[in-house]
Amino acid sequence: MLRSKLSQVACATQRAFSMSPKSLAAKQMTVRDGLNSALDDELARDDRVFLLGEEVAQYDGAYKVSRGLWKKYGDKRIIDTPITEMGFAGIAVGAAMAGLRPICEFMTFNFSMQAIDHVINSAAKTFYMSAGAVNVPIVFRGPNGASAGVAAQHSQCFAAWYAHCPGLKVVSPYDTEDARGLLKSAIRDPDPVVVLENELMYGVAFPVDEKVTDADFLVPIGKAKIMRPGKDITIVAHSKAVETALLSAAELAKKGIEAEIINLRSIRPLDMQTIFNSVRKTHHLITVENGWPQHGVGAEICARFMEDQAFFELDAPVWRCCGVDVPMPYAKTLELNALPREPDVTAAALKVLGGKK
Amino acid sequence: MPGMYRDALKLLSAHMRQQVSRMLQRCIGCTAAKLPRPLAPGQPETSIAEQKPVVQEVRLVRIAMDFKLHKLELGPDTLVALTALEAALYLRQLLAIRRLEAASAQLYKERLVRGFCHLSTGQEACAVGLCAALRKEDNLVAGYRIHGLAYLMGATAVGVLSELAGKSTGCAQGKGGSMHMYAPNFYGGNGIVGAQVSLGAGIALANKYRETGGVCFALYGDGAANQGQIFECFNMAQLWKLPMVFVCENNNYGMGTSAWRASSNTDYYTRGDFLPGVWVDGQDVLAVRSAARFAIQYAQQRGPLIMELCTYRYAGHSMSDPGTSYRSREEVQLVRQRQDPISRFRKVCLDISILSEQQLRIIDQNVHDEMEKAIQAARHDAELPLSHLGSDVYSHSCTEDKLRGVFGHNLEHSKAVCVKN
Repeated sequence: MLRSKLSQVACATQRAFSMSPKSLAAKQMTVRDGLNSALDDELARDDRVFLLGEEVAQYDGAYKVSRGLWKKYGDKRIIDTPITEMGFAGIAVGAAMAGLRPICEFMTFNFSMQAIDHVINSAAKTFYMSAGAVNVPIVFRGPNGASAGVAAQHSQCFAAWYAHCPGLKVVSPYDTEDARGLLKSAIRDPDPVVVLENELMYGVAFPVDEKVTDADFLVPIGKAKIMRPGKDITIVAHSKAVETALLSAAELAKKGIEAEIINLRSIRPLDMQTIFNSVRKTHHLITVENGWPQHGVGAEICARFMEDQAFFELDAPVWRCCGVDVPMPYAKTLELNALPREPDVTAAALKVLGGKK
Repeated sequence: MPGMYRDALKLLSAHMRQQVSRMLQRCIGCTAAKLPRPLAPGQPETSIAEQKPVVQEVRLVRIAMDFKLHKLELGPDTLVALTALEAALYLRQLLAIRRLEAASAQLYKERLVRGFCHLSTGQEACAVGLCAALRKEDNLVAGYRIHGLAYLMGATAVGVLSELAGKSTGCAQGKGGSMHMYAPNFYGGNGIVGAQVSLGAGIALANKYRETGGVCFALYGDGAANQGQIFECFNMAQLWKLPMVFVCENNNYGMGTSAWRASSNTDYYTRGDFLPGVWVDGQDVLAVRSAARFAIQYAQQRGPLIMELCTYRYAGHSMSDPGTSYRSREEVQLVRQRQDPISRFRKVCLDISILSEQQLRIIDQNVHDEMEKAIQAARHDAELPLSHLGSDVYSHSCTEDKLRGVFGHNLEHSKAVCVKN
C-alpha cells in the first residue's frame, strides 16, 4: 500500500519534470522488465555473456528477473547453480579471467557475504596484482537493501561495503531507466561491476521513452542524474531512497522550498562533480540512504565536502538521513521506523535550512 | 611384445615431438637451440648452442611406484617413453626450480624480498611433470607456492626473482609479489587458500563454453583440501562435466599441521567421493607426467577427476618457519636422501644411459649461469616509478581521472590502453 502510493508520487514527480512532450505519452515499464530486457539485449549481443546463479533458469529467477531467458538461450547461457555461493561466484570469476563475460546473480546480496572473498580478493584485485595482464569482466547482481518483513539477515544495504574497495565499480539503480541502462553498461564493462538492485522496486513501473528501450541504450557508470532541479537545497540519494527524496521534495515545494534531487546511480566511482555543482547553487546539502550511517555513502559525501573547496559553498552543516543503526527488526512498525521516511527527510531539510525559508 | 613396443613408440613419438617443441618454446630466455643436448660419445664438449638436434633416442621406463586408483578401472600408463631431449629438458627444469628457490631464499636473506616467500624445494617433480603434460590449450591455476610453476609456464627467471624483489622487471611489474605471478595460460597463484580451485573450475567452464578442448589444472595443497569451496567445486564440476583436474599437492603439512592432524581422511585422491581419483608418486617426474596425460584425456572425455601428488617440502612453510617444531630434522633428511625428485630422475637418466655425467654437468652449469644473471637483475633493477601507484586499478571507462591519494583526490589514475577481454 505504502509502496504503491510512493511510486505514484515518484512517477508523477518524474513526469512533472520531464521536458519532452513525447515522454509524457511514453510507455510504462517495470524495473524488473527493464533488467530482464537488459539481460536479453546483452545475451543476444555478445555470445560470451552468460547468466549463472540460483534459480535463474528453470524457475525463471527467484524474483523473475530472468524470466523467459532460459527458454530463449538454453542451458549453456542460463545456468542454474546449487546453493553454493562461494563456489559459483569463484567459478564466475574464473570464467571472466578466461575471457567470458559472466553475470553472477546472488538471489539477494545478503548471500553474497558467503562469496565476498571472490568479489573482492579474486575479482576486484586481480587487474592490479597482475599489472594489467588479467582483467575480470564480471557483473555481480541481485536485490540489495531492506526488503519488507524479512528481518535482519535479509535486510541490509551493501553499497558501502562494496564501494569501499578499489577495483570494483558499484552501481545502484533507482528506476527502470537506471536499471536497464546501468546493467547494460555493467555487462559491457571490462572491470568487475556490482549492480545493487532493490527488491521493492522490481514491480514498480516507470515511464520509459523510445531512447530507453533502444538496444544500444546505456547509462554511463560514474555519472549521477539530477531527478529534479531546485535552488534551495540539494538532496542526494540512491536506490529506493531516491523515492523518499522525491516525496520530500514535493512536500518541501508546498512550503516554497525548491529541493534539487540527485540520484547517484553510481556509488563507485562517485560523481562528486554533480553534487559540488549543485551545492554551489543551493548551498545546503542532505544525504538520504537506506543503509547504516557509520562509514556509509552519506558519510563519504560529507568527507568529500570537508576536503574540497566546495566546503566553503555550504551555508550549513551537511546532514545525513540513514537507516537506523540497528539490525533490521521484523515487526512492521519497528521496521517502518528503521528507515528514513519522507517526514524525516523533510524535517532534516528544514533543520539544515534553519528557518531561512 | 616387441610389436606392442613399436606401436607405442610410433604413437608416442609424434606426441613427444609436439610436447618437446612446446616445452622448448616455453623455456623463455633459453631457446631450443641453446638447450643442452646429449652428446655423442667422443664428441668434443663445445658450446651447447652449436650442437644440432639429432634423431632422438627413446627409452621406455617403468614407473617406480604404482598409481592408486579411486573409482577408476584403468589408470595412467606405468610404462612411459622418455627421449633424450625430454630427459635433458626435465632435468634442466627440475634443477632450474631448485636453484630458483635457492635464489629466492638468498634474496630473502638479503632483505630484498618483502613479506611472503614460500619455497617449493623438494616438490619440483610435481611442477615439471604437470607442465610436461600440458598442451597449448590447457591452463593452470595454483595456490601460493608458485615460483616454479610461473617459471615453467613462461615467466623468466628474471621475471620471477624480480617480482619477488618488487622490481619493475618482475612478471607482474612488482605489483603482485611472491603469490601473484601470471603467464600465458597460467591464471596465477592465489593468496587465499582454496580460492584458486573455484577459479580453476571457472576457467574449465570457459574452456567448455568456448569449445577450446582445453583442460584446466587447479592445484591446491593438503591444507587447502579441507576448504569448503573445494567440495562445492567437486560437486559443480561433476554436475557440469567440466574439463578440469583437481590436483592436490600433498606435501604432508599445511603450514605446521600435519595431514593426519588436519584431515579425517588423508587419502586426498578419494576425497571427491563421487569423483574418480588417482594417487601419484609426486617425487617422480615421469609418474606425474603420465598421470597428468591420463587426466587430460579423462577430463576431456568424461569430466573432472582428482590427482593426489604425494610430495614433500624441505623448507618450512614460509621463510619465517624453520620447519622443525612440527617434524624432525631426521624426517627431512630421510626424504632428501631417499626421495629427492632430482636425484631420482638423475639416477633414472644415468641408469638408462640417456644422459651422460658430462651432459648433466653442462645442464647444471647452464642453470647456474641463468640464475646468477637473474639474481643480479633482481638486485639491481629499479622498482616501478611512483606514477604507477595508481595504474591498473581499472582497465578503462572509469570516469574518475584521479584516485584518492593520502590526502585529497590527486593520484593520477593511469589507464591501460587496451585489455585482453
